[in-house]
Amino acid sequence: MDIHEYQAKKILSDFGVKIPTGGIVYSPENAENKAREIGGSKWVVKAQVHSGARGKAGGIIICNSPLEVADATDKLLGKKLITNQTGPEGKIINRIYIEEATDIKHELYLGLVFDRSSESIMVVASTEGGMSVEEISKEKPETIIRSKIEVAVGIQQFQAREIAFGLGIESKLISRAANTIIGCYKAFSELDATMVEVNPLVVSHQDEILALDCKMSFDNNAMFRRDEIAELRDKTQENSNEVYASDRGMNYVSLDGNIGNIINGAGLAMASMDMIKLAGGEPANFLDVGGGATPEKIVKAFKLISMDTKVKVILVNIFAGINRCDWVAEGIVQALSKIEIKHPLVIRLAGTNVEKGNEILKKSNINYIEASTLEDAANKAVKALG
Amino acid sequence: MSIIIHKNTKILVQGFTGKIGSFHAEEMIKYGSNVVGGVTPGKGGMTHLNLPVFNTVKEAVDQTGSSTSILFVPPAFAADSAMEAADAGIKTCVAITDGIPSHDMVKIKRYMRRYPKDKKMGLVGPNCAGIISPGKSMLGIMPGHIYKEGKIGIVSRSGTLGYEAAQQLKDLEIGVSTSVGIGGDPINGSSFRDIIEKFENDDETIAVLMIGEIGGPQEVEAGQFAKENMSKPVIAYIAGLTAPKGRVMGHAGAIVSAYGESAIEKVELLKECGVTISKNPSVMGETVKKVLVENNLN
Repeated sequence: MDIHEYQAKKILSDFGVKIPTGGIVYSPENAENKAREIGGSKWVVKAQVHSGARGKAGGIIICNSPLEVADATDKLLGKKLITNQTGPEGKIINRIYIEEATDIKHELYLGLVFDRSSESIMVVASTEGGMSVEEISKEKPETIIRSKIEVAVGIQQFQAREIAFGLGIESKLISRAANTIIGCYKAFSELDATMVEVNPLVVSHQDEILALDCKMSFDNNAMFRRDEIAELRDKTQENSNEVYASDRGMNYVSLDGNIGNIINGAGLAMASMDMIKLAGGEPANFLDVGGGATPEKIVKAFKLISMDTKVKVILVNIFAGINRCDWVAEGIVQALSKIEIKHPLVIRLAGTNVEKGNEILKKSNINYIEASTLEDAANKAVKALG
Repeated sequence: MSIIIHKNTKILVQGFTGKIGSFHAEEMIKYGSNVVGGVTPGKGGMTHLNLPVFNTVKEAVDQTGSSTSILFVPPAFAADSAMEAADAGIKTCVAITDGIPSHDMVKIKRYMRRYPKDKKMGLVGPNCAGIISPGKSMLGIMPGHIYKEGKIGIVSRSGTLGYEAAQQLKDLEIGVSTSVGIGGDPINGSSFRDIIEKFENDDETIAVLMIGEIGGPQEVEAGQFAKENMSKPVIAYIAGLTAPKGRVMGHAGAIVSAYGESAIEKVELLKECGVTISKNPSVMGETVKKVLVENNLN
């Protein structure tokens, strides 16, 4: 789960990381007042959307008066920001963060992720702040510092110091920088985060170490014990069909093609998408209804796929294990008695009681195309596009 | 021999009396697995499915002599149960539970390191289908009848894709020595490398089918291991050629975040290691057959 910049900053500041003074607003009128409240003579107006690269997309505006702040807020609010990470549909701007401008001396990069090889938490830092970590590793890989943290004991002062010295921070600021790194680590490890990225982390001319932009992601599997984080979810930043699916326990990712998929198991779902592509088609979605594929799940899945206007053909691919094919077939028949499907439907069942399952489908009055293998299913789905 | 589980492996079920635990315990017993009891704290002394229930894993191990468990405990309590198993002398624990937080997985793995090598638990999963040695024993939730007894080792992150492979092999009259589901989570108990090493050392296994997907370094690490240490042929399929970058595809671990983690990159890196690639999921069985013929193993 992703959260907004301002939310991430609030969390980090609770862990002792210094951030510029700022506040959130929902209207241009409040923006002007907020700017006066923050004080100073220069402000940054920042569109709050779940995406990086907002600056290049026009989502960050520097202002020299409270009136300019109000104008900039007016210009951004309610618009969709299209960045190189949001896709062409963009993301709606419903919240604006206003911050005092910072007098930047150096821009640094600081990130924390799980390292899947060593199964520890990895701190990644670089002197090249402001660039994405992908760009840094391509263009300035020699500047990257990596430090593995042993999770059983957590980050040690010396490790944070090593990173800070590695970033070339002046001696008098080392302990400040180290505390910033430790604060980020604590936020990561204590809140079930999967990513903390401060980019840029800056050293100001006033010798402050500040988190200027910040992103945090959290482990969806840990939300049962993180009410305070779950509360920060902003569904307006997610694809509406994906929200519908995740709220109903389905794994769904919206894609660009026109063949809708209903599949059990994530691996089989990815494999089916691959087969569609090989057959010359494009999947409209990734959808894993779960290993069980109960009739209720099948009904929900058909509902979800029929909400997607891109879909022209639907492909159902179920490998039934403990849940037998006859049971799955009954679920499909039930679902289609409740939902009208106008598109061609290709069904491939495999596994336990496959003959019985296919017989149930044949005897029903469903209009569908039967497929036997993964390849057959994909070919028939692409052919059905016409 | 098969790997990890054999004909007489004594099995304990953690989360035995729950709905899911009960259902799969019964399925395992029907398959012929030697389930000897289970653990549900607070229900010790009861009999469930005609088997004893224990309050603690330690007690269950003492009373039954088992050193193998399967875990169906809900995500919030799963880490605790896995660590309890590690402490009680369980040597193999298969965690079926889907949805264990990553921070908990890291904790479990650190905890397991407290024990010397000969006392250390091997964890398989979580979020996996478990293990089956066809005709011998099933320690998982797969449909046992789709697996034919034989000599191919299967190791897969995905459950259903592993079933697909077993079915394709069976249709070609090729059997399986053991099939291991290592699960779809970013941090898991056993890696592809851990399992293919066991297959290399297993007399009965003649070739290994590895079914991977996007995300993480484990497929490529296994490929490098195979290149340097394995005499048996390895065949691989990697799912997710069409998966977009940076998105989680169902499995929490199926996300491309670095070089070498996309399906195309993994396929290239595995080829360099001498692994034979099944170019699509429909031909996993055929590709295995072809490799067997080429190596005079059929």
